[in-house]
Amino acid sequence: MEERYIRNLGALTEQECALLHTKTVFVAGCGGLGGYLIEMLLRLGVGTIRAADGDAFEASNLNRQLLSSPQTLGQSKAEAAAERAARVNPDVHFIPVSRFVTEENAAELIQGCDAVLDALDNIRARRILAHACKEAGIPMIHGAICGWSAQAAVIMPGDDLIDRIYPEGVSLTSKTSLSFTPPFCAALQTALCTRLLTGRPLETGRLYMADLQDMEMESIF
Amino acid sequence: MIEVRFFATLRDGRGKIAQVPAVEAATAGDLLRRFEIPVEEVAILLINGFHSRPEDPVKEGDVISLFPPVGGG
Repeated sequence: MEERYIRNLGALTEQECALLHTKTVFVAGCGGLGGYLIEMLLRLGVGTIRAADGDAFEASNLNRQLLSSPQTLGQSKAEAAAERAARVNPDVHFIPVSRFVTEENAAELIQGCDAVLDALDNIRARRILAHACKEAGIPMIHGAICGWSAQAAVIMPGDDLIDRIYPEGVSLTSKTSLSFTPPFCAALQTALCTRLLTGRPLETGRLYMADLQDMEMESIF
Repeated sequence: MIEVRFFATLRDGRGKIAQVPAVEAATAGDLLRRFEIPVEEVAILLINGFHSRPEDPVKEGDVISLFPPVGGG
């Protein structure tokens, strides 16, 4: 085993580490959640990461988005992710896609993936991604944040969890987020993803909702 | 009494838990109106842990949990 993965051992077996190197994941979004998800997946040693975002960094991203800095303002988020990947773990095959997830491209973006990580910032795109995952039979690891709150879930093909999380008519009223909420949520998602990709027992169809203000975590559904 | 549990931003100005006399609410929607919470600001509504809708009836001893939409990334 390469020395860079030595500290993975113990928490993971050598076989599980080797298994992770064979996996391909898609990260939808390279912003607050996506930046940290990509960082964690790179260091974990997932084999291939495809990551898509059609956006470029702006000053309002600086309070929380790992890949943003005064030097990257105006840069494509997907390209910034690719540069970070090359610096952090060049052994990982990283494929940046500077496009938003749409109904037209979702199936193509997730094709061949073992897991899809939701790092999107709106309900409509999440429904599109969940639908594409269902059609392709790929598990989706949902994550979302607002202010002091973070939520995560493993959505298996065929379950309707996304419709229970975001029922018709519900709307997002707040865009507030703090520096520590995205990495916390990304950690929940990456832990769930690691369990999924290594075949460890995993409770799917549950929504884990954390409140970092009151230090509470609920498990619902 | 009916116990209403608020989560995340729905706690602002309301606290974590409220008790409401059962005679004052026939449905979960009555409780939303009582606490001035617009329906579109509740993503998940549970009655005794089960996924429910505002039009569903509530009764003495029920526990209602209200979660706002969390959708940022």
